Amino acid sequence: MNPKDLKHLADRAGAEQASRAAAAAIPDLAVANELLDVAIADLGSPIGRLLVAVTRRGLVRVGFENEDRDELLADLAERISPRILESRSATDDVRRELDEYFERERTDFDVPVDRRLIHGIARDVLVQTSRITFGRTSTYGEIAKKIGQPTAVRAVGRALGSNPIPIVIPCHRVIGASGKLTGYAGGLDRKIALLELEGSIL
Amino acid sequence: MVVVSRTPVPPFLEFLEANRAPVYRLLLVAVGPLEADDCFQETFIAALRAYPRLDNGERLDRWILRIASRKAIDHHRGRGRRPAPVAEVPDRATPATDPTPDDELWGAVGSLPPRQRVAVVHRHVFDLSYADIAELMGTSQETARANVSQGVKKLREMM
Repeated sequence: MNPKDLKHLADRAGAEQASRAAAAAIPDLAVANELLDVAIADLGSPIGRLLVAVTRRGLVRVGFENEDRDELLADLAERISPRILESRSATDDVRRELDEYFERERTDFDVPVDRRLIHGIARDVLVQTSRITFGRTSTYGEIAKKIGQPTAVRAVGRALGSNPIPIVIPCHRVIGASGKLTGYAGGLDRKIALLELEGSIL
Repeated sequence: MVVVSRTPVPPFLEFLEANRAPVYRLLLVAVGPLEADDCFQETFIAALRAYPRLDNGERLDRWILRIASRKAIDHHRGRGRRPAPVAEVPDRATPATDPTPDDELWGAVGSLPPRQRVAVVHRHVFDLSYADIAELMGTSQETARANVSQGVKKLREMM
């Protein structure tokens, strides 16, 4: 025989497809072996595809479609752990609650939140932001006052812009004092859509 | 002072997607269709276990093939203690059809000793150099060369 005959043996036996199936089984095995540090999943929503990332502590990141996926994952690998895999089962609760929110069947979230990507003044800012209930809005100035730094309006804006867990930490509910909606990490259209969904604007 | 630039370790899902096909091809021929899935899972779970300890994302393709080679050889060793698998190769007594050339090839490659089998796959499926095979299997180049040539010799005798 010619040993070169071996070359295409694996391909003829369906290696490509079998490797896909075998790789698809890895996330559940990783969970069973407690080796998965960050579970991610995509979900569709009225404001476009969302990416959610969940650690053992809770929801750590929500990404919008306009964010660079590779960059977002590389950032999670660097800041949390490179043990990142897609897992439907490990992101079940988060995906269900977000679905319910967009179906208007839920006004606040019960899933635990992992705040490890939130640092400095953003911690206080986003704690205050989490207290703004569905259907209400607040302003940058009000948040600044609540964290005891009434002049730090710009810093509040930056902190909100850095929110790693939008929607669930509802930074979209913070608007300008004049009623102007101002910016949003997911783009102003998404902010408007979320405020419309909540009945805050018509 | 030497500045060492560091390649970040990629998210595991990217690493898995980039390496699943070559690893599966290696294992499929190195341990056979019935055992390939198990070996594949052992390989990537071992990699996942060690993953946070990596400090450099370079040459991870080599790293995973090294783990897979070890798993393939260990797998055969483990199997020696268990009853031999009934049909890694389709049973030639029962099928109504004549064995295909692939069946004969599977039979021949399946009868090689584990180290020779893995070395032959590296050489003749992946076209690796003896230096690469030595590195992946943790042997000297002479041993790598001997494993390949003895394996090929046996294959030629069988077919």
